[in-house]
Amino acid sequence: MTDKQYITGSCSILGNEVIKNGSTVFRQQEASVQTFLASVYGYTGANYPRFYKMDNLCKLGWLATEILLAQTFDAKAYAPEEIGLVFSNRSSSLDTDIKYYDTVKTMASPALFVYTLPNIVMGEICIRHQFKGENDFFIFDDFNAVFIHDYVTHLFNSGALKACICGWVELLDDAYRACLYLVEARQNNSALPFTIENINQIYQKTHG
Amino acid sequence: MDNLMSDLKRQIVEQLNLQHVKPEDIGDDQPLFVEGLGLDSIDALELIVLLQQQYGIKLNNAEEGPTVFRSVRTMAEYIQRARA
Repeated sequence: MTDKQYITGSCSILGNEVIKNGSTVFRQQEASVQTFLASVYGYTGANYPRFYKMDNLCKLGWLATEILLAQTFDAKAYAPEEIGLVFSNRSSSLDTDIKYYDTVKTMASPALFVYTLPNIVMGEICIRHQFKGENDFFIFDDFNAVFIHDYVTHLFNSGALKACICGWVELLDDAYRACLYLVEARQNNSALPFTIENINQIYQKTHG
Repeated sequence: MDNLMSDLKRQIVEQLNLQHVKPEDIGDDQPLFVEGLGLDSIDALELIVLLQQQYGIKLNNAEEGPTVFRSVRTMAEYIQRARA
C-alpha cells in the first residue's frame, strides 16, 4: 500500500523574478545574475555570511529553498533524517567548472574547486537547515517530471523520507532557472496532489 | 609593518570573498579562524594561494600553517621573515 503525497509549496526564480506559490514576491529590472542573486539575498533578510562564498548555482538553489521554506515548512515536525532533497538540472556545475579551469591556468582556486560538483548546492542547503535525509542530484537534458515523481514517490513509500525538496536548479553564464517544490505526506491549505501533471504545471506556469 | 598588515586585510577580504567584513574591522591580532574571523579549512587553502600570488611565498611546511595564519600580524611577520 502506498500513501499519498502532496506539494505543499513552490518557489521559482527566473527572469529576474521570484515567484512563491504562484505569486511574484520579488522582481528586479536589468540586473546581472550576480547582482540579482545578491538582491534576492537582501530580500530574504537572511544573515548568512557563508552565502557570499557560494558559487552562483549554490546561491540560486539556496535562495529558492530559503524562500520556499519560509512561513511554509515546519521542520520541527520531522527528524532531520526524514527530510531530503532531489534536484536536477541540465548543465551540472559547468558554470563553475569553467571558472575553475580558468584559474588552473595560473593558480588553482580551492574556493572554486569545492563547487565543481552540482550536488554541493544540496550540501549548502543541508548545512543551513540541518537536513540529513537522502540527497540526489540528477542531470537531464530537460525538466523531467516523470522521473522525479517516480523516484520521490519511491523514497516516500520505502520510508526513506517524509518530506522532500524537489526540482530544477539550472545555471550557466547569464541563463538561470530554479523551480523547487516541497513534497510532504500531509496537506496544508494550498496543497496539491503530488502528480506529474501538477509538477509540470508548476514548472510551466513560470516558463518565462 | 602597518602598511603590510593593511594590505593583507584588504587582500584577505577580496581573496576570501568576505563581503560582510570591512578590512578595517579586522584586528591586527584577531584570530582568523573559528572564534575570530570564522575562517574555515578552504579559507586556509586560499590564504596559502594568497601568499604565493601576492608575495611569491610558498608555505612548504603545512605544520607552520596554524602559527602563520593565526592573525594578520603573524602573517605579516612571516612575510617579513621570508623577504629578509
